[in-house]
Amino acid sequence: MTVRKNQATLTADEKRRFVAALLELKRSGRYDTFVTTHNAFIMSDTDDGDRVGHRSPSFLPWHRRFLIEFEEALKSVDATVTLPYWDWTADRTPRSSLWAPDFLGGTGRARDGQVTDGPFARTGGRWPIAVRVDGRDYLRRDLGAGGRQLPTRAEVDSVLAVETYDTAPWNSASDGFRNHLEGWRGVNLHNRVHVWVGGQMATGVSPNDPVFWLHHAFVDKLWADWQARHPRSAYLPAAGTRNVVDLHDTMRPWNDVTPADMLDHTPHYTFDTAA
Amino acid sequence: MSSITRRRALGVAAGAAGAVTALAQAGPAAASAPRAAAPAADPDPASFDEVYQGRRIQGGPARGGGHHGGHHAGGYTVTIDGRELHVMRNADGTWISVINHYEPVATPRELARAAVRELQGAPLVPLTLG
Ligand SMILES: [Cu+2]
Ligand SMILES: [Cu+2]
Repeated sequence: MTVRKNQATLTADEKRRFVAALLELKRSGRYDTFVTTHNAFIMSDTDDGDRVGHRSPSFLPWHRRFLIEFEEALKSVDATVTLPYWDWTADRTPRSSLWAPDFLGGTGRARDGQVTDGPFARTGGRWPIAVRVDGRDYLRRDLGAGGRQLPTRAEVDSVLAVETYDTAPWNSASDGFRNHLEGWRGVNLHNRVHVWVGGQMATGVSPNDPVFWLHHAFVDKLWADWQARHPRSAYLPAAGTRNVVDLHDTMRPWNDVTPADMLDHTPHYTFDTAA
Repeated sequence: MSSITRRRALGVAAGAAGAVTALAQAGPAAASAPRAAAPAADPDPASFDEVYQGRRIQGGPARGGGHHGGHHAGGYTVTIDGRELHVMRNADGTWISVINHYEPVATPRELARAAVRELQGAPLVPLTLG
């Protein structure tokens, strides 16, 4: 049984095992295939063309499938490991235990953004940034430097209150729950957290920072929370929508999974709290 | 270490991209529903060519058929020290780049400047795969 836990509640042993599994995926090269896949979608998903992973209704089912695949990779290294989630409404400062040296390490130094402590610091030599868009081959962060705070619980609740899943034109201009959660409109939840972390997390190659998975595990949980609050609200659009993944269309790159297949997370994992 | 172009990476990993439809201006959806926090977008961004924090940044209509910049940005290309910054235009007319992907700004010039600040002197490289 896979139970995804709030990262703040992990034991020292659970943190150690999660970090060790990440380092092993990195060492074997499997980790970087996830970064490459994600970046390909980041660059090809457009508001007026084909869009699957981002700025479109399938943002949530696409990332759910992507995270399940990554979690399976972690489990193949250590069967006890599951994806933790980062509730950024609660753990909202760079002093959170999330950023301690025994877990993800802290913010980057001013000169070049380099993370200098924890298991992913350049000095440890175990986390080279291979899939990159500029010359820097080390993990970077700039926690909270953008000035805007992480989303609050009240802001999350305001988005969870939106009844309709998504609306035309099914892109970054859409109204509805999906886009307010993704953050191209409204209070901005998901996008804002990428910017708050900074460094690679603010770029197209954001999964280079392991916090990507904890962030998206929480976004995924918010989708489940929203479903529980709105049992009569369906995934939209249902059918026949150009450039967009309808309920029963398959999603690239897997081509064998549809949003409908991803609506119920419980066959794959549950959360440590009731949704 | 091998290096491939972004275009090839997309072709391999994502298949054919959608139809190339130039975004003439901010669409009707954007006009009726502007993003609360977004700056007002210039409907027809001007070309620019300047030195910003020691880096040469240029932007303007893409020249030469098939240039990648024309793919997602309505035919507009941005470079830093002569190297292409992958940019994309949002439906409401704002802009993002591969360097500042989650924080739209109003103009390509602002976008190039934000990328320069973020790069802290580092060069842009074509998508590099380990
Ligand atoms: Cu993503
Ligand atoms: Cu994300």
